[in-house]
Amino acid sequence: MRAMIKNGVRVDETFAEAFPMRGTALTITAPSKRWARQAAVTMTGFATSVIGCGCEASIDCEVEPRDTPDGRPGVRVLIFAMSSKDLQTQLVNRVGQCVLTSPGSACFADLRSEEELKLGDLLRYFGDGWQISKKFGDRHFWRIPVMDGEFLCEATTGLTKAAVGGGNLLILGTDYEKTLRAAEAAVDAMNEVRDAIMPFPGGIVRSGSKVGSKYKALHASTNDAFCPSLKGGVATELDDDIGCVLEIVIDGLTEAAVADAMRAGLAAIVKLGSRNGASRVSAGNYGGKLGPFHFHLKDLLP
Amino acid sequence: MNPLVFTLKVTPPQRLDLSPLLPHRLAGKSSKDIAAIDLATTREKLAVGDLFRIRAGSAEEIRFEVGSERFDGVGQGLQQGRLVVAGDVGVNAGRKMTGGELVIFGNAGPYAGSAMAGGRLEIIGDAGDFLAAPREGEIHGMTGGLLVLRGTAGQRAGDRLRRGTILIEGDAGDWLGSRLIAGTLIVLGRSGVSPGYLMRRGTIVLAKPPALSPTFVDCGTFASAFAAVFGRFLLAESRGAARLFRAPLRRFAGDMAVLGKGEIFVPA
Repeated sequence: MRAMIKNGVRVDETFAEAFPMRGTALTITAPSKRWARQAAVTMTGFATSVIGCGCEASIDCEVEPRDTPDGRPGVRVLIFAMSSKDLQTQLVNRVGQCVLTSPGSACFADLRSEEELKLGDLLRYFGDGWQISKKFGDRHFWRIPVMDGEFLCEATTGLTKAAVGGGNLLILGTDYEKTLRAAEAAVDAMNEVRDAIMPFPGGIVRSGSKVGSKYKALHASTNDAFCPSLKGGVATELDDDIGCVLEIVIDGLTEAAVADAMRAGLAAIVKLGSRNGASRVSAGNYGGKLGPFHFHLKDLLP
Repeated sequence: MNPLVFTLKVTPPQRLDLSPLLPHRLAGKSSKDIAAIDLATTREKLAVGDLFRIRAGSAEEIRFEVGSERFDGVGQGLQQGRLVVAGDVGVNAGRKMTGGELVIFGNAGPYAGSAMAGGRLEIIGDAGDFLAAPREGEIHGMTGGLLVLRGTAGQRAGDRLRRGTILIEGDAGDWLGSRLIAGTLIVLGRSGVSPGYLMRRGTIVLAKPPALSPTFVDCGTFASAFAAVFGRFLLAESRGAARLFRAPLRRFAGDMAVLGKGEIFVPA
């Protein structure tokens, strides 16, 4: 595999292989930024990977009061799943348990599309008959009485089938400190990109996986080719100077959003350079046969 | 495209039924065809050409340069496009309209916006009794859309309202929102006796409420994101309404004489 060298960072001539997902976006508001954020953080907790969490979700961005439907501070969250049915289940469970319950919250659709997911249309039953339907133009809301006043929730939210999940960057460095610094710089840059999220803790995953396992019960297991501690004993992908690998996984509402996020992340890693950050950048794929979306690193370089 | 313009030549000798003059019904018709349309409501025949001077144009927008209290059924059944009346209209203006926009710069008679289901109706002047109400034997009044009345409304405005929004910037008469089923009714001026009489569900917001019927029970004030959202929606239509929704509101539930799931909001 040939590498391009930018600011001392070796960029593999490879690509990230990504998959179609179903996605939606919400804006959660509250009386203060703190509580809008709290509702969003709780709702998107335990949502790192569809493998074990049922969905992938995270905060996209904060929304200024002047841009939210009710003029209060807001947070935009994205949520992705492999099927519309899974997404519907996860959406209602999460909004019902984490947003409805959060003090002062309200929940609005933040994606318009032909196809829709039910939101307030299902949560309204919590109102036990006291729920109130309100329509204005083409917007439909449910007001559900709760102990601190009312939970206002849009009846439905848009569903996109053009979402893309599994865009990724592998960040390889000589030691832990430099690798993490590069990964953090990349996540910070990618957070600025709208319509894309990095669902793992703080956007970073340290336990990249390969398909299959020696144990029958598991479908995925540790990516031994990228584990520095196994470098001498397995068919490693690591060079002699690599001592640590971190991965960033990206989900986006569109293919372009994933590409933009990867581009921003790559630029940040290259800008930091090998002296303070990563020595090498790569990406994960399955040979290109499984996922229809291929993000070639060479096309995304600054 | 220039609008299609009707200018009244003579005072109408009888009440007129203007409901045939709608964008979707006049599209593609020549001025000659239009002039032959019968508007009579008595045995005396009366065609468009007998009353109006027609200036040809796109039927997507129709304008009546002069209005009359005898113009009944203006915009009745409007589906699309825009219809503007530069003066007064009679009964049933915008009745059963499902889309498009109807603007009346003068006053409207009774049953304006009766049973309208969609679109936008704006009346710059006053409206008669039974604004948006059902006609005899009908079950529902207005079932959708937006009705903005800049002037005052007569009695029983919003009777049997089921969905949609009515905004009255002036005063409203007695029994405002009687038998309301659902939907939203806002009055920025004063209103007469017994607002929300026998309302089941739905929302009435009164900036200057009269004494409410004892069948409305005080629910106090509470934090409501709904008011903020609705106020923002209404900002484009009425600054006064937006201001009303920004202030804290006190909720009265009722009418407890019937289902009691409706509400009247008044400034706290």
